[in-house]
Amino acid sequence: MNCSPKDLVQVIEKDPVMTVRILRVLNSAYYSLPNKITSVNHAVVFLGLNTIKNLALSIASVGILPKQNAAGFDVNQYLLHSLTTAGIAKHLSSRIGGSDPMDCYVAGLLHDFGKVVFAQFMPEQFKVALDKSLQDNVPLFSAEMATIGTDHTVVGSMLAEKWQFPQPLIDSIRNHHAEDAGATVMGACVFAANEVSKKMKFGYAGSLCIESFPASVGNHFGGNVDGLIISIGDGELSRIAEEARLFSQMEAAK
Amino acid sequence: MKIKFWGVRGSIPSPRAGTVRYGGNTTCIEIRTDDNELIILDGGTGIYPLSQTLLKELPVTAHIFITHSHWDHIQGLPFFIPNFIPGNKMRLHGAFDPVSGRGIEQVMDVQLQYSYFPVREAEMKANIEYVSLSPGQTVQAGSATVTATLLNHPVVNLGYRVECNGKSLFFTGDHEPHYNIYSPDDESYAIYQELIEAQERMIFDAMRGVDVLIVDSSYTIEEYPAKKGWGHGTFDSSMRMADMVGAKTLFCTHHEPTRDDDALEREFAKALERHPRREGLADFRLAREGIEIEL
Repeated sequence: MNCSPKDLVQVIEKDPVMTVRILRVLNSAYYSLPNKITSVNHAVVFLGLNTIKNLALSIASVGILPKQNAAGFDVNQYLLHSLTTAGIAKHLSSRIGGSDPMDCYVAGLLHDFGKVVFAQFMPEQFKVALDKSLQDNVPLFSAEMATIGTDHTVVGSMLAEKWQFPQPLIDSIRNHHAEDAGATVMGACVFAANEVSKKMKFGYAGSLCIESFPASVGNHFGGNVDGLIISIGDGELSRIAEEARLFSQMEAAK
Repeated sequence: MKIKFWGVRGSIPSPRAGTVRYGGNTTCIEIRTDDNELIILDGGTGIYPLSQTLLKELPVTAHIFITHSHWDHIQGLPFFIPNFIPGNKMRLHGAFDPVSGRGIEQVMDVQLQYSYFPVREAEMKANIEYVSLSPGQTVQAGSATVTATLLNHPVVNLGYRVECNGKSLFFTGDHEPHYNIYSPDDESYAIYQELIEAQERMIFDAMRGVDVLIVDSSYTIEEYPAKKGWGHGTFDSSMRMADMVGAKTLFCTHHEPTRDDDALEREFAKALERHPRREGLADFRLAREGIEIEL
């Protein structure tokens, strides 16, 4: 293996598809663990570096999703949005405590996973939803509900549930556009990070509609996204964006 | 409970003049319960001479437990003679492989293919059963109970604790004590350390207080830095482990294929000097093909 263990972990951590696969295997009924595996580091300690490496290599990474798909969903921009949401969620979590920062990172990385499912399996309907969201200036999840009858939070969290992911992770995916997103610290971090990423135009996952913070999120991060952006600070946001950009450029170059 | 070593070599069979005292066969351990039921840990080449001794007690039921699927722990299985004779029974236990998505049946399947072996599994005359175990699972093997514990190796490796009539044994198969992949000044160092310590507690609890602890001790501490991450322990890490879990006797095994008997004894003696013994501490020994222990 021509890279250090921590470099390998860092690559896997940046790929939503690899991360999903690893969490899925480790949280399956087979291992019936008393505590769910919540991060890639956790997975490495449990199953060993080589097995995690081979699990990661044996699957399609995000790079394999067709860059030109029938839905017109830009996979590279999606990756950039997911990575920045992950980085911001991790930052917010270390700021307020109460939830493991790396677990919040994973939740940020996977919050929009349902969109990948739509792009892959229902590209025509998803395209209609993407267009509608843009034309009518409504949030993508509302447009999905109107055209598909369900939305990416439902589909993403159903999969997470089927794969027996940790409950806080399932809830954070399910509630990242909901009023009670902030019922858990992780949920609050993902909701707020998602809005910050959109407001800063870090990547693009089909919608730039900014939602105001529900009270449950506001309790942690103040009343609005602009205030939160100022308090995170330019330096930190640029660092997160730069790191995400480097990785997504590597993916795009493949 | 009786224990007999049939193979103590790691990686590859190593028969030559320099290894005749400790033996050249790869891993295999025979256990007999007080009712003489047969449990076998790993199917390295040592299982072949073992299987020949079984012909005088047919029909046999063999409860075989495979620690992991690397060649040196399974390569004797096709030559387990009772499998060719009707009336015998083999229950083969081992881990599910998350990468291939297959259970323990895979270790027979991959070896008994036309290109590599003349007899197909379907043509074997014994009754063969496969039991894929989850980490932490306990199963009955005759009058003994066997509990699987997930250890650290480049493929999923289960260590086994065997208990019978108040006596106990733990065999690691191949195991490298966990180490932190981050440097102390990395952000993830502390959290990774916590995860390691939790995993180590779980492993030590599974080994706690055993009469016999058999541990992968492939390397010397001088060799280890170049082999870090390969999934094996050192004499010293095994000795520390034995003292930590309060084992009564430690057997160091999985001897390096290149290490001749004299060198093996020399390196073991050096490690022993670093871990001096006194009353109440574990007894440290080298595993040697052919030795029998009765508990």
